[in-house]
Amino acid sequence: MSDVSFVRTEMLPEQAPPASEVGAIGWIRHNLFSGWFNSILTLVSLYAIWYVLSGVLPWIFQSVWNANSLNECREIMIATWGSTHGHACWAVINDRWLQLLFGFYPSHLYWRPIVSLILLLVALAPVLYSDRVPSKMLIVTAIYPFLMPFLMWGGTIWGPIAAALGFVVGWGVYTLVSKRLSGLFGMVAGVAASVIWWLVLSSYFVGALDSILPIGIEAVQSRQFGGFMLAILLGVVAIGVSLPIGIVLALGRQSDLMIVKYLCVGFIEFIRGVPLITLLFVASLLLNLFLPPGTNFDIILRVMIMMTLFSAAYMAEVIRGGLAALPRGQYEGADSLGLNYWQAQRLIIMPQALKISIPGIVSTFIGIFKDTTLVSIIGLFDVIGLASAIRADTAWNGIYWELFAFIAALFFVVCFSMSRYSMYLERKLQTGHH
Amino acid sequence: MKKSVILGVATVAGLAAAAATAGTVDDVKARGKLNCGVSSGLAGFSLPDANGEWQGFDVAVCRAVAAAVLGDSSAVEFVPTTGKTRFTALASGEIDMLARNTTWTFSRDVDLKFEFAGVNYYDGQGFMVPKALGVSSAKELDGATVCIQTGTTTELNLADFFRANNISYEPVPIETNAEAQQQYLAGACDVYTTDASGLAATRATFENPGDHVLLPEIISKEPLGPLVRHGDHEWGDVVRWTLNALVSAEELGVTSANIDELSAGTDNPEVNRLLGTEGTLGEMLGLNADWAASAIKAGGNYGEVFAKNIGEETPIGLARGLNAQWTDGGLLYSPPFR
Repeated sequence: MSDVSFVRTEMLPEQAPPASEVGAIGWIRHNLFSGWFNSILTLVSLYAIWYVLSGVLPWIFQSVWNANSLNECREIMIATWGSTHGHACWAVINDRWLQLLFGFYPSHLYWRPIVSLILLLVALAPVLYSDRVPSKMLIVTAIYPFLMPFLMWGGTIWGPIAAALGFVVGWGVYTLVSKRLSGLFGMVAGVAASVIWWLVLSSYFVGALDSILPIGIEAVQSRQFGGFMLAILLGVVAIGVSLPIGIVLALGRQSDLMIVKYLCVGFIEFIRGVPLITLLFVASLLLNLFLPPGTNFDIILRVMIMMTLFSAAYMAEVIRGGLAALPRGQYEGADSLGLNYWQAQRLIIMPQALKISIPGIVSTFIGIFKDTTLVSIIGLFDVIGLASAIRADTAWNGIYWELFAFIAALFFVVCFSMSRYSMYLERKLQTGHH
Repeated sequence: MKKSVILGVATVAGLAAAAATAGTVDDVKARGKLNCGVSSGLAGFSLPDANGEWQGFDVAVCRAVAAAVLGDSSAVEFVPTTGKTRFTALASGEIDMLARNTTWTFSRDVDLKFEFAGVNYYDGQGFMVPKALGVSSAKELDGATVCIQTGTTTELNLADFFRANNISYEPVPIETNAEAQQQYLAGACDVYTTDASGLAATRATFENPGDHVLLPEIISKEPLGPLVRHGDHEWGDVVRWTLNALVSAEELGVTSANIDELSAGTDNPEVNRLLGTEGTLGEMLGLNADWAASAIKAGGNYGEVFAKNIGEETPIGLARGLNAQWTDGGLLYSPPFR
């Protein structure tokens, strides 16, 4: 009757995909040679990569590490490879790397910047990796701003202690006054008390305690600071201080209080309208003319203030972008919960606004860190300034690429780390608003 | 806005200058250190070595002044300055003196209110060309491309020279000496022009210095010297006569080798006056009697300083030329110590 020719009753075993579709070959076929046009592009790109690497790799690795001058380097190159072309003379780095890193910081005190750097990482850990590091470590973070200047500049230990006491004095006055009068009076009185303490009283305090109990370490002059250490010092201070100032400015710009608002707008627009190099010239030259003769206002401190103000203005605009991106409902939600202004900012607005702004904030950080090299123009010996000074030595006059390659590598490590951290943070804070 | 800032700065600058004139000698003595502005890096003239010690021809002037005033040639705080910051640093009182291969010109002396204490190096603008170009005189450079640092007196001198000789050139503007070396070696320009001392120093660092020649023409006068603020004549005198002491010491045959012997007293009354064993020259300056002897001990007399930093034995290899003593046909001529 009916003739059912064939019905398969069991599944066929899976077969391996064709060799041309999987593995390395498949990947290459899909990604590099998926058509005649892509194949040509691939070949051209490969040639370009080979061309660059064939020049750069021998330059980096077929190089001279031990020599006392550029001429000696050249002699060694001629003796080894028969030509000086295409070989690096890393001997200059070998000779001067400590200077490029630390400037003229006294060599027996190198441990101090190194300890400062390690403590910086310890102080940053509870902030950067709050989920993995115990929050008790925040004590280190709080102490660090006073400990770091003491380690870097040395001198008496009472200086940083007096600076820290300024905050204690301010807090004490604030709590005292705000209980009797209003909170606003307390804040004004607290700030005033701190400023009076820092400007007037603390010098007597330091002098008195130093004569009773002189504890201190060898002092180092600001002129001796230099090299990559100076870039990190300026960068860390500018980054660390500009974020809180930037938040305050961004909030101030959106404030309903007219004077606060226009002060913030004026500051932001003025600073953003002026090139950083102009501010640095003001710091190094004009301030000298404004201040009474004989005033010794530390040059590095002046530069730090200018760089901080500069990055704070940019930071404020980045954060304002984050604030603007928040839906209005978030503000209204905070109001409907009965939170006051600061509670709403702390609990609802800022966590979201800052998260949105992370890429912009980190870009500003990286930018200001690289901008620290501009200080070479006002005669500070950062890495770029030192590179010129090293070239002024007759032994190394005429050497360029090696010094700049070394500097580029230093900056790349720091900037790339910042960039990777920001990507980690974005992933961690991803809460699924799509 | 801008105008009012400039006016404000000018006013304050005037006040600061007026206030800063009160006795730099006393300031330096009270401080125990001389603040001396130098170049942040110029081969042979001022540079920090591998240990951070400052070396060079201009640096030696600072050390000599520190030795004369304070008796200690290491009591100097070297303040690196750039071409842009140097004059403000001096005017504002950040530095006591500037020894930074600065050309003595009318406008700097009169208009900027500085006082040049003398000349420690007579320079002039020269030309460097590759030997392969086959040029033996700057007047044959018609139509050449010239690497020139912008915003300097050399740029103006170059234009004057070519116009006066009725020949044309094409400028390649560059910012720094380092950039100029690269551009010149890469063939971006046929000619590199700057101060002759700088050209010699630059050529010494080339891979094949013999392939490049310095042309014989020197087209400008560049007297380089230390300077101080206008109006503080006592301090100006100290710097001027310290420089003169170094020059006179060479003329009188006082060297760092024989100075201890000569300080005991000699038959030459001028040497005795210079070294303070006779007369009261130091007292007149408000310094110790052995001020000049200390200055000479700091780095030797002018000839020794020259030979050690930029002379023919060094890689920079400059001949004395105009900077020889007047008795040898040069321009160095110190007024007498009397």
